[in-house]
Amino acid sequence: MYLALMVALPFLGAIAPLLVRHHSRRTISYAAGAVAVVSLLLLGYLTPSVLAGEVPQFLATWLPQLGLHVAFRLDGLSLLFAALILGIGLLIIIYAHFYLSQHDDAGRFYACLLLFMGSMLGIVTADNLILLWFFWELTSISSFLLIGFWFHQSNARRGARMALAITGAGGLALLAGILLIGNIAGSYQLDAVFAAADAIRAHSLYVPALLLVLIGAFTKSAQFPFQFWLPHAMAAPTPVSAYLHSATMVKAGIFLLARLFPVLGGTFEWFTIVTLVGLATMLFGAYFALLKNDLKGLLAFSTISHLGLITMLLGLGTHGALLAALFHILNHATFKAGLFMIAGIIDHETGSRDLRKLGGLRKAMPMTMWLAMITSAAMAGVPLLNGFLSKEMFFTEAYQQHLFGGLSWFIPVLVTLGAMLSVAYSIRFVYDVFFDKAHELPKQPHEPPIMMRVPVLILAALCITVGIAPMIMVSGFLTPALTSVAGADAEVYIALWHGFNLPLLMSVLALLGGIIIYLQRTELFNFNRQFDIRDAKDVFAGIVSRVTRFCDNLMQRIETGSLQRYMAALFILVLVFVIPELMNISALTGSRPQLDVDAISLSGAIILMAAAFGAVIFHRQRLTSLLMLSVVGLMVSLVFIQFSAPDLAMTQLVVEVVSILLMILALFFMPQRIPRSSTGGRVARDILIAGFVGGVVGSITFALLTRPFSSISDYFLANSVPGGGGTNVVNVILVDFRGFDTLGEITVLAIAAAGIHKLLNNLRPFMPSGDVDGRAWHQVKHPMMLQTISQLVLPLALMVSMYIFLRGHNLPGGGFIAGLVTAAAMILQYMANGVDWVKERFNYNYQSLAAIGVLIASLTGVGSWLFGANFLTSWFTYLDWPIVGKFEIATAILFDLGVYLTVIGATLMILANFGQMTTRHRPRQEGH
Amino acid sequence: METLYAITVGTLTACSVYLILRARSFPIVIGLTMLSYAVNLFLFSSGRLVIDQVPIIGAGEPYTDPLPQALVLTAIVIGFAMTAYSIILAVRVRGEFGSDEVNEPNYQAEQEDKR
Repeated sequence: MYLALMVALPFLGAIAPLLVRHHSRRTISYAAGAVAVVSLLLLGYLTPSVLAGEVPQFLATWLPQLGLHVAFRLDGLSLLFAALILGIGLLIIIYAHFYLSQHDDAGRFYACLLLFMGSMLGIVTADNLILLWFFWELTSISSFLLIGFWFHQSNARRGARMALAITGAGGLALLAGILLIGNIAGSYQLDAVFAAADAIRAHSLYVPALLLVLIGAFTKSAQFPFQFWLPHAMAAPTPVSAYLHSATMVKAGIFLLARLFPVLGGTFEWFTIVTLVGLATMLFGAYFALLKNDLKGLLAFSTISHLGLITMLLGLGTHGALLAALFHILNHATFKAGLFMIAGIIDHETGSRDLRKLGGLRKAMPMTMWLAMITSAAMAGVPLLNGFLSKEMFFTEAYQQHLFGGLSWFIPVLVTLGAMLSVAYSIRFVYDVFFDKAHELPKQPHEPPIMMRVPVLILAALCITVGIAPMIMVSGFLTPALTSVAGADAEVYIALWHGFNLPLLMSVLALLGGIIIYLQRTELFNFNRQFDIRDAKDVFAGIVSRVTRFCDNLMQRIETGSLQRYMAALFILVLVFVIPELMNISALTGSRPQLDVDAISLSGAIILMAAAFGAVIFHRQRLTSLLMLSVVGLMVSLVFIQFSAPDLAMTQLVVEVVSILLMILALFFMPQRIPRSSTGGRVARDILIAGFVGGVVGSITFALLTRPFSSISDYFLANSVPGGGGTNVVNVILVDFRGFDTLGEITVLAIAAAGIHKLLNNLRPFMPSGDVDGRAWHQVKHPMMLQTISQLVLPLALMVSMYIFLRGHNLPGGGFIAGLVTAAAMILQYMANGVDWVKERFNYNYQSLAAIGVLIASLTGVGSWLFGANFLTSWFTYLDWPIVGKFEIATAILFDLGVYLTVIGATLMILANFGQMTTRHRPRQEGH
Repeated sequence: METLYAITVGTLTACSVYLILRARSFPIVIGLTMLSYAVNLFLFSSGRLVIDQVPIIGAGEPYTDPLPQALVLTAIVIGFAMTAYSIILAVRVRGEFGSDEVNEPNYQAEQEDKR
């Protein structure tokens, strides 16, 4: 529990700096610091048990079907990393307080930093591979925000984008690799994956899985050839660089290698790829670090080099190599974080980071100079400092491997060369800044505030103490960490002095060679000038712009802005999918006996089809086409009557009336003439598509109709009266068996009406003053005869709708039909008498009517909870009323009332509002 | 009878597809409405063609399948909402752009350039 809390705390705490962002800088920093301190205390609370060999775990199922759980573990490896993340994180928070200028938004900075901290903690403590990947991607996102913190600078934006693109792409590869591993192991939980290690290594998919995971790790840890994003990420504020690019983000890839070493490591493929990539990265980084004139650039490339060193050790994979790797992770984090902070101090106090401009700062900043000397010496591997110890172990391992047979000797040689370069750039970092001759600087240099130096001081002190007494300081931490990587019973032994041997000679050579290289560096600079090395940024930008252009072209081809083309493509796609299926059926005609055709049906079908063709042929004469459509609609309702569906026939009939009315209203606002715009080819194409779609749909219908079927409806038929209390099974299905569907449906209806209401808001309709030939509209707006009849019809229509509503449970009818009848009667009033006339007599807000309808239906459903039943369970009983006789009351009728009101409200919302467009009641700026 | 029904549904679909492929909004609205009729008839046909077997208990067994009817009933109402929405959208587009063309203006211009 404490473990999960420790990981969750930075995420929750990320809000804290934002909440107090308008307070003083001090308050904001305290808020952020408090979060880190509490997490650190939780870690401290858990540490003793980990050191004693236990592995605290936390498990909460999340999506068990996917094998995804919120699972954390704190083994030795996690502890080592978590301590780094939280410890250095706290120092960074202190340092950033002084580093950030008054213009910077400290609240946002700390929020992002804490998010990042939480994501890193998540990676190192995740006990589930998918969860690990989830946090992995979170670090990509939060580091994007941090690198681009100064988003007004274009290089910060570019650097952040590049980092996100590279690490994000690597993250996708990692996900693929993890899915492969999880599939082989049968689980994503680490314990299960570890248990299946042998099976995974023997599996035929081992190499693809390994490669994918390695791409993920190498992109994150800036390994060759993906190293180029890291120097550009230096556009970040220095505290971010110190945190992300020394101790955390770039170490995530290393962590992943160490975490999965027991599963993937130890094979020939692992050894070859990881070792060689590490070696190449180490040399590449060290060489370019020496050439850089930017302080942070130097540190960035040196980070790449040291990460290569650790990667190489993990590749070698022996007991000693793994120990050296873990030890160097710790050491590198301490001295590199310190060095980055020093670079930030120098930049902050002098206004420059350029090694060619800096110089002679030893008088102005003596304290900083000492700190820089200690940390750089640790980086160079000077004896009595922590860097020396791990480098010495590294030399031992490089010398002892025999993995390339007769050519194995070239590894120690190259390693020594890398170490020489490392010494050279470390000297350059100190000498060019603090000694050398002084130059004009943008600011008068002076020592930074004491608290800005304290974090560096702590780190430098660690470098020395670990260097002198490694067994006391770190063996306790390293033992469980090594156990979780290398297996049981790991023994940690780090000695200061091994006697005169080859690794010592390599160290001495490295130091001497480094000094020589540094002294001869101008030669090297001149040599390097012969190469025209293209900046990775330009290459990356070139690739990005090419991809964008390609996508743009593709988009322009696909998304032409022509609805006609989209629709045609859609229909053709439907045909492509359906036609092969139809061709698979052996015969279209099924075994079900068919009905005979009678004369009435035949003539009805002919009328229907003729009207449909008429609507097409006259589609440029709007009114004719509309009339043809209404014929189709009426004939469809006759089809429903013919085939035993009276409810459908009634609904279709009323809907038909209402929609034709709506379309006639719309005609007023639409162009009166539709020009002939389609070319002959287009018409031919459309006829072809339409013919094929029609043919296919007709064939499917025929195939369906002639095949026997079994239905689930027997249940509904059997339970309609005993269970639902109604004899009209269709209505009982709607309001009872499938009441939840109906509730969703009336909600959709109400939403559609609300959407239409919004569309009508502020609409400037096109309103012609006369018809197309210039004749004015008729003078009499509301003919007398229609007025009189409509007023007579209204009470009758309302009574009919009540009747339909009440009988709906037992005979054809119900809320839908009754609602539509009422709405139609109301619309008639608007049409016959005008909007003003209706408003005077009945000024009701239809929006609330629709809302009340949905509410009643929902409350009916909720009401059944009061009786301990499930949502929308119905209840009914029969009452004996005097005179009327036996009468049924059911909760379903209340539900149907909700349906009824929603249908009225929605229909009138659409029609009445639309009809008001030409009057002074038209909707305007409502709700703004 | 089944053949006749299938031909009718096919014809309705073909006519509505042709209308939907037009370049002006009003024929498209008509086409969409007609297509929803066709779809309703198709859905209804999943209960097969049955004469004089109204699914009302007591009207005399056997009964036709009531489930497709319930589904189609809601489909009719939703179809109405959709038709209404597309009509108002067409009116709104006419009001905003002064045209009932359904293709984007820049596509229109391109086509005219080609001619």
